[in-house]
Amino acid sequence: MEDAGFILGSYALTFGAVALFAWRSIRSGKRLAEQVPDEDKYWV
Amino acid sequence: MTTLDPASTDQSPTTGRGAARRGTGTRATRLVGIGAIVSLAWLIAFGLGFSPADRDQKESVRILYVHVPTIWLAYLAFIVTAVSSAMYLFTKKKSLGWDRAAGASAEIGVTFVAVTLAVGAMWGRLTWGVFWQWDARLTTTALLFVTYVGYLAVRRLGGSHHQRAKRSAVLGMIAVVEIPLVHFSVRMWRSLHQEATVANLDGDTKMDGLMLFSLFVGVIAFTFLYVWLMLHRTRSMALEDLLEERGLDHALMERRAESAENPTTQYSTIQNSTIGRDA
Repeated sequence: MEDAGFILGSYALTFGAVALFAWRSIRSGKRLAEQVPDEDKYWV
Repeated sequence: MTTLDPASTDQSPTTGRGAARRGTGTRATRLVGIGAIVSLAWLIAFGLGFSPADRDQKESVRILYVHVPTIWLAYLAFIVTAVSSAMYLFTKKKSLGWDRAAGASAEIGVTFVAVTLAVGAMWGRLTWGVFWQWDARLTTTALLFVTYVGYLAVRRLGGSHHQRAKRSAVLGMIAVVEIPLVHFSVRMWRSLHQEATVANLDGDTKMDGLMLFSLFVGVIAFTFLYVWLMLHRTRSMALEDLLEERGLDHALMERRAESAENPTTQYSTIQNSTIGRDA
């Protein structure tokens, strides 16, 4: 594949950015969920 | 019992580590998450493997299978922000749930626009020979990004939850008018960026079937991802708001208890500081 560096780099950058956002959201959700009882979580 | 201390050793199923394991996930989020992973794997397979190279753009066309879906989903995210903002402002209930949906959607939209800009710069380097041009489409997209970063900054200003919701709702409804400006910038001004191939006004899509399918897979994958992120982010925002409220209530209760125990504390503090100043 020609220009593989840019092409693979663009996919890596996309997945990396989304994974970072997802990881931060999950981590903060878990940290905060520890401090709140289940009856106050509307999704439980 | 509500535990406000993060270092709590409470191991009950409703608080502590049992609840933390559950976090903001449910069976529905897990299903959407699996859908996102499967469709992203398909996107990699079709985007980097099965789809053919373009006659003019050659292999660089593969970048468009992530570049185009991310900006479409960013548009959707900002429209959701505007609609949720309107729902908060114009409904009687003034539910903070709408405000949190607006905020979460804007965060995801900003992430997607950042990806679009970065990936687009790589595509530009291969196709135009430069990473950046002050072209109408690129400049308006950068402006869209800066506007929504500003929106997120406004959400972090002080005040009550309803003050935050009100001012950010107004901004969220104004900022959305930039989307048609970005989309039609290639028609309104002379632009280096190509015109829309799929989402054009003629309804005539001149694309190879497998290329169109790869793009479609990209849109499905990022839609799953958007829904999954929205569910998690709105829930963790709800937890943030709840804890902030309880922290404030807790501080007020402590202050009242302190005043009740020693009613002269406040007066003597003021008196001492006045004496200190006079001296």
